[in-house]
Amino acid sequence: MELKSKIPSGPLADKWDKHKFEMKLVNPANKRKYHVIVVGSGLAGASAAATMSELGYQVSCFCFQDSPRRAHSIAAQGGINAAKNYQNDGDSIWRLFYDTVKGGDFRSREANVYRLAQISVNIIDQCVAQGVPFAREYGGLLANRSFGGAQVSRTFYARGQTGQQLLLGAYQALEKEIARGGVKMYNRHEMLELVIVDGKARGIITRDLITGEIESHLADAVVLGTGGYGNAYFLSTNAKGCNVTATYRAYQRGAAFANPCFTQIHPTCIPQSGDHQSKLTLMSESLRNDGRVWVPKSQADCGLPPSEIPEQNRDYYLERKYPSFGNLSPRDIASRAAKEVCDEGRGVGPGGRGVYLDFADAIGRLGVHMITERYGNLFEMYERITDENPYERPMRIYPAVHYTMGGLWVDYNLMSTIPGLHVIGEANFSDHGANRLGASALMQGLADGYFVIPYTIGDYLASSKPEPITADHAEVRRSMESVLARQTRLLGIKGKRTVDSFHRQLGHLMWEKCGMARNASGLKEALNEIPKLREEFWQNVTVPGSGAELNQSLEKAGRVADFLEFSELMCLDALTREESCGGHFREEYQDAGEAMRNDEKFAFVSAWEYAGSGKAPILHKEPLEFENVHLSTRSYK
Amino acid sequence: MTATTKGGLSLTLHVWRQPNAAAAGKMVKYQATDISPDMSFLEMLDVVNEGLIAVGNDPIAFDHDCREGICGSCGMMINGAAHGPMKLTTACQLHMRSFKDGDDIFIEPWRATAFPVVKDLVVDRSAFDRIIQAGGFVSARTGAAQDGNAIPISKVAADESMDAAACIGCGACVAACPNASASLFTAAKVTHLGLLPQGQPERFRRALQMVEQMDLEHFGGCTLFGECQEACPKGISIDSMMHLNRDFLLATATAKEEKSEMGAG
Repeated sequence: MELKSKIPSGPLADKWDKHKFEMKLVNPANKRKYHVIVVGSGLAGASAAATMSELGYQVSCFCFQDSPRRAHSIAAQGGINAAKNYQNDGDSIWRLFYDTVKGGDFRSREANVYRLAQISVNIIDQCVAQGVPFAREYGGLLANRSFGGAQVSRTFYARGQTGQQLLLGAYQALEKEIARGGVKMYNRHEMLELVIVDGKARGIITRDLITGEIESHLADAVVLGTGGYGNAYFLSTNAKGCNVTATYRAYQRGAAFANPCFTQIHPTCIPQSGDHQSKLTLMSESLRNDGRVWVPKSQADCGLPPSEIPEQNRDYYLERKYPSFGNLSPRDIASRAAKEVCDEGRGVGPGGRGVYLDFADAIGRLGVHMITERYGNLFEMYERITDENPYERPMRIYPAVHYTMGGLWVDYNLMSTIPGLHVIGEANFSDHGANRLGASALMQGLADGYFVIPYTIGDYLASSKPEPITADHAEVRRSMESVLARQTRLLGIKGKRTVDSFHRQLGHLMWEKCGMARNASGLKEALNEIPKLREEFWQNVTVPGSGAELNQSLEKAGRVADFLEFSELMCLDALTREESCGGHFREEYQDAGEAMRNDEKFAFVSAWEYAGSGKAPILHKEPLEFENVHLSTRSYK
Repeated sequence: MTATTKGGLSLTLHVWRQPNAAAAGKMVKYQATDISPDMSFLEMLDVVNEGLIAVGNDPIAFDHDCREGICGSCGMMINGAAHGPMKLTTACQLHMRSFKDGDDIFIEPWRATAFPVVKDLVVDRSAFDRIIQAGGFVSARTGAAQDGNAIPISKVAADESMDAAACIGCGACVAACPNASASLFTAAKVTHLGLLPQGQPERFRRALQMVEQMDLEHFGGCTLFGECQEACPKGISIDSMMHLNRDFLLATATAKEEKSEMGAG
């Protein structure tokens, strides 16, 4: 396997313009002759499907939910970054680029990130034109808020529902194209296999989740926008349906998987309330604009109601340790700091796994009305879940798995190592390095879907000129048979344990050994235990019902079976990367709690090649070259 | 960490079970024991389902995904109320502390001709997608936009538009309406886009076509019962009907034959 990043030559700021001119075009009359499959209908998938259809390509789009509008992008709360500099506070494309590379702890590609920062401004314009109701100032202009890891105010938002509003914009554009006949939408269809013919991605095998029918869908190119793999941990802020199956299958069929150990633990989530917990709920990072994070200075005070702990006995640890960024320190740093104080026994709430996020000062300064206007829906959500009123009592928060920076390896054109297989949004690895900054996921999903893939897909189609194939091709039949065989096997085990019980056990193991802090011996233990758990799964899981009906247990079983393999790759990657960077914190490599990168040995992207069942995957390295930013120790002090 | 310190609830569930769209359905009784008040309603169903699977029975099928009240996937009638007894709350955000030990809970799917049952509590809401397809968008081709600040929008209009845009498309309004009307859903989209300058060029066309599609999908008409507004987990106001009715009437009164899409020549 050869990793060709295809980064254009020339000065950083000119690369994308130059590349756009050099790429081949498909003329308008020929576009309708090409068929592109898009899997996933989140921000990346919906925007890509709609835009490619507008250009004239025939598009088929797939989602497992009952409507494309339900994709998990809908749940993003806080905002979307863009280098508009509307606040006149010194922002620029260069600064957004620099903040993102630094925020990612120097483990992303300069050229991709610069392009992202350039495109960010077009995204806001596009979304406004679609009718996304962004927050406005009284003068009618767009409002901004601040987010972690930045000292400028560049985040655009729609109350606490920014993801929802951006997704509805993309969804409506998609529905417009469905009505026009440019996109054929397949709801409640799950991709279970990738079809490769003559070395090129030519289609997918899906299961119709209502009828159970296994179908083949063929095309000239395939685009995956299938999101991240945070549900490997069972408990995460991801929606219950989020899964790794599509990207893992692509990996098994030859696509390199990059940096699987780079996972983001978000610092502000509602703590777990019990063993029944099915998922965790995020409280937007935007709350850290006005909320102050603290724990008692002394362990002895932890049981007291927060109102009885006087000011001098509180430790505002983020403000103390990181005075220049304070409560707006980046996510990885804020999460680790929370873990640290809880490990010291100074955590609050049930089990001592929580810290306070306190709005008393902000309410005093701005009034209840302003706080309600900014965060009202989040406060309501918090109260609904915890039965505590955050206007009167500080919120309790604790870190939780939220996002995965790792993903399928892609080149500058967002194409994987399989020709014709493109990967967009959270499903690829490209822009966030080892830690994603807040409000950058929405930016990247829409950049990839609206403004990158519509250009690069044309270049691929014009240069590769795929030959027509039909559903009776031997490869298509073989792929369908492998899907059916796996399904038959899952249904036939008829063991004693439920799918969820395995998923919970895997999640617990991953959280303990490959979570916020990792070390070699823990990772080795996980690598020893995961295969055993997997073996037990394949012998003792029970999946009721049949394959010829709506069978939610069968859907889950297939996804958990893939997590049981994929999590091994996450641990292996974490073990191999003997440094701490961003969200990947190896306890052996630290300087008094701060991550210690090793640029000499690890300034590369780890791209793993599947070597076959039961064989160790092969590590390939894409060196990261920094020509424009100076590699430095990331400091927010 | 244990959550059952507040004492577990014992509940009797009566759940609509229907194997598929063609089969007949019926209410089936289940016992749910040791339910923590901190559980969400769907977590309570998870517990019941784990018990069913363990003894080889088919678990209760229900749609759900984000479990944060924003994706709109979940939705069921709980004791006769869409999403249950708590106002402004989806089923996934309803917590068991809203119930008492010993309660009977009746759980049924949305009931509407336009939302046929797929299985148990799962219904087919694709009619909503087709209403959006009929005109619930602003035609703004990617790449053609001007600067975002070139269109100032008063904060009042933006806020009111956002209120309507908060709809999650769950279908509770239809389920709660005695006529099974989709008017609140449709009105919310017409209001969201109609209040913004970007939505003006297609404003009347949008209202006309979305209402036509609503009728084609066999949703009932609105007779202003107001049940939709009571059931809406996002607080969409029935005032949005005013925008829909006004735009629809103006559209009907001023409708002109549309010329070919590409203009002359």
